[in-house]
Amino acid sequence: MTNKIVFGSYVPVESILHRLDPRIKLIMCIAFVILIFFVNSVLTAVWLFVALSIAIKLSNVGFKQYWQGIKPLFLIILITVAFQILFSSGGKTYWHWGIMAITYDGLINSLIIFYRFIVIITASTVLTATTPTFQIADALAWLMKPLRVIRVPVNQITLMLSIALRFVPTIMDETSKIMKAQRARGMNFNDGSILTRIKHLVPILIPLFVNSFKRAEELATAMEARGYDPNAARTHYRQLLWHARDAWAGIDMMIVTVGLFCIRIFF
Amino acid sequence: MAKSAVTVTNLHYTYPNTTKEALAGVSLTIQEQDFVAIVGQTGSGKSTLVSLIDGLLQPVSGQLKIAGLTIDASTKADQLSKIHHHVGFVFQFPEQQLFAETVAEDISFGPHNLGWSERKIQEAIDEALMRVGLPLELKTRSPFALSGGQMRRVAIAGVLAMQPGILILDEPTAGLDTQATNELLALIKKLNDNGTTIIMVTHQMEQVARYANRVIAMNEGAIVADTTPQQLFSYPDKLTKLSLTLPASVEIAQFLNNNGAKLENTEPLTLEELANEIVKAMEKNND
Amino acid sequence: MAGIKVRNITFKYPDSEAPVLKNISFDIRPASWTAIIGHNGSGKSTLARLIDGLLIPTTGSIEIDGVRVDETTLGIIHQQIGFVFQNPENQFVGATVADDVAFGLENRQIAPKEMEKRIDSALEMVGMTKYKDVEPINLSGGQKQRVALAGILALMPEVIILDEATSMLDPLARKEILTLLKKLKDEQNISIISITHDLNEIELADNTIVINNAQIVKDGPTADVLKNKKLLTEIGVGIPVSQQLQSLLAARGINLPNKYLNLEELKYWLSQQLQ
Repeated sequence: MTNKIVFGSYVPVESILHRLDPRIKLIMCIAFVILIFFVNSVLTAVWLFVALSIAIKLSNVGFKQYWQGIKPLFLIILITVAFQILFSSGGKTYWHWGIMAITYDGLINSLIIFYRFIVIITASTVLTATTPTFQIADALAWLMKPLRVIRVPVNQITLMLSIALRFVPTIMDETSKIMKAQRARGMNFNDGSILTRIKHLVPILIPLFVNSFKRAEELATAMEARGYDPNAARTHYRQLLWHARDAWAGIDMMIVTVGLFCIRIFF
Repeated sequence: MAKSAVTVTNLHYTYPNTTKEALAGVSLTIQEQDFVAIVGQTGSGKSTLVSLIDGLLQPVSGQLKIAGLTIDASTKADQLSKIHHHVGFVFQFPEQQLFAETVAEDISFGPHNLGWSERKIQEAIDEALMRVGLPLELKTRSPFALSGGQMRRVAIAGVLAMQPGILILDEPTAGLDTQATNELLALIKKLNDNGTTIIMVTHQMEQVARYANRVIAMNEGAIVADTTPQQLFSYPDKLTKLSLTLPASVEIAQFLNNNGAKLENTEPLTLEELANEIVKAMEKNND
Repeated sequence: MAGIKVRNITFKYPDSEAPVLKNISFDIRPASWTAIIGHNGSGKSTLARLIDGLLIPTTGSIEIDGVRVDETTLGIIHQQIGFVFQNPENQFVGATVADDVAFGLENRQIAPKEMEKRIDSALEMVGMTKYKDVEPINLSGGQKQRVALAGILALMPEVIILDEATSMLDPLARKEILTLLKKLKDEQNISIISITHDLNEIELADNTIVINNAQIVKDGPTADVLKNKKLLTEIGVGIPVSQQLQSLLAARGINLPNKYLNLEELKYWLSQQLQ
């Protein structure tokens, strides 16, 4: 198929962020998301926004790509923001009708929510745009390592995760093929009531499930033939190695954190 | 003079989120009862072309005329889906699209969508099953309990039940053994003899040679040859460039002539024709 | 080098009454190419799985290079035997080509440094070096099957089993894979067992085993099997082009050499006659 949809929207270009170790990128992304909840003033908001803008610039990924990441969620964000504006109370009231009112607190709250949404989505897009999904899986595996102590089967979970990610494009391809085939048999997706539309899912989902189970079975046999034993130790081809640049990235993240708290305390 | 079944004029198509044209200005006319083979590499535009002919994609520009319908960039979706009353499409590995609890129910899916009466649908199911050579007893069985070959036939019956005047098939014999392949091709040929226009996407040049009266070769979204199989095979270099193979009969004939033989016809479409050529050349040698 | 001894095996799936294979015995010489052919459902795929220990026979025994296949020897068996399945997509485990080739090595606990070398040389053998970091969605079926082969070669096996491994490929990709296999067999001294109904693939085999109704009906040199038109028609594989053409020529009064000619030999013979 020509229109391949690539999951996670990785953008294969050269940049300092692309070269960073996926573990530090994942940690920074998580840390940044946590920091967003410490934003309590315009200045702190601007501070994190500037930090994020620098990351975007360094990622060498066009603004358009980031917009593509936000676009599908934009409607949900707007609806949430509208609810916040209309249904929260407190502070000066500018307008009201029944239980709906626009108040000062409502406006401020919705602004904060809007800001959080946009910044969190953009920050995670920086991660997914600069890191292939399998590297994110590797980084997650590394982060989960301590869980081994409490007997969590980290290796199996990681393998499962990476296989799942590996098959996402395959399943998407297959879904579009099945939809096309059923459309060719005269099925019209846009017709009828909600109930008919739900019924329309049957000819898509059943073959998709049947084929996926068959795939899973074949994959399991192939893995066994290649010597996979879930209970045996395995080595790992992809070795993650820390570089000096990763340490510098960590230091930058600390500067952002310290900066944020300084602003909170001193301004 | 045969009537035209499909007329395509300067058709362009680009997939969403891509920049390269998948079809870059294609024009062709397919006559009623033609058996057209479409050949070309993966990504040559052949799947895009047949999807457009079946109204599964909407042209970016250009025009299609099928069974009295005219389709272009401004055609509405409901108008586009009217094509399915006239064109049937058997996808690659069609058994992977079966979904219903019984064979009859699966086959009736298409006719139901076309809004036929229950009586007409029942007749269509029986007729389709007979056409693909399956016993009517299978009607109440689950399609998933059948053998691989039977599942393929049920899936094809599901398309035939819609009684399309034009039938598109994408690699219909992929994964079948020789016997099942020959049976399926015989079925397609019979449909063709009974008046169905066939458009078959294939890599199998033996099938092109034996069944098609016309072959369209595609490359990079354009038609690079629209001719008879015999003509196409007379340019082996061109075929190699398109990553296509020659049928065995032609390959042997050309090998022999390249090694000093003097066969008159270097594009025998069948082994019978090749044998005749060889006998002729041997007799001439003995004279 | 690994020879294979199959002795009196019978296999029955738990949910069926009739056995899929009944009292099967045969030998496979080291570094030979064997085709196993038969109707769909004749039990030939089951046989391949039994040899690799993916299924265990109800009765009878299988020995690979003197090692009996059972639950305790699966590790050794899977190392010695590489298996290429029919569907290219459903055996590709890794996120990229290199990761997929690495999968078997990781299971063998090969050190990462050694892995890199083995991956590179395996990819070179199958001509996929420049695709090392490519993701499977961007590969054709033929390329995926090459990667599957590389994953096997990286483990340096003695035997490769192909279970209709070329049946989902287009003719050109199929031809390329077969050429590659022929080269590998000659260079690496690997035994090949191919389960197939493709005549071009059968023609490459030294020996052919025909299975029908759960039993071996013929086991001998490929040339003998391919001459037997009645048998070939019966099991649905069709008749090779070389044999069809020879029949057609014989029917037209041409005297052909009184022995089996494969397509290459026939072409050569004909061009001699037509000089």
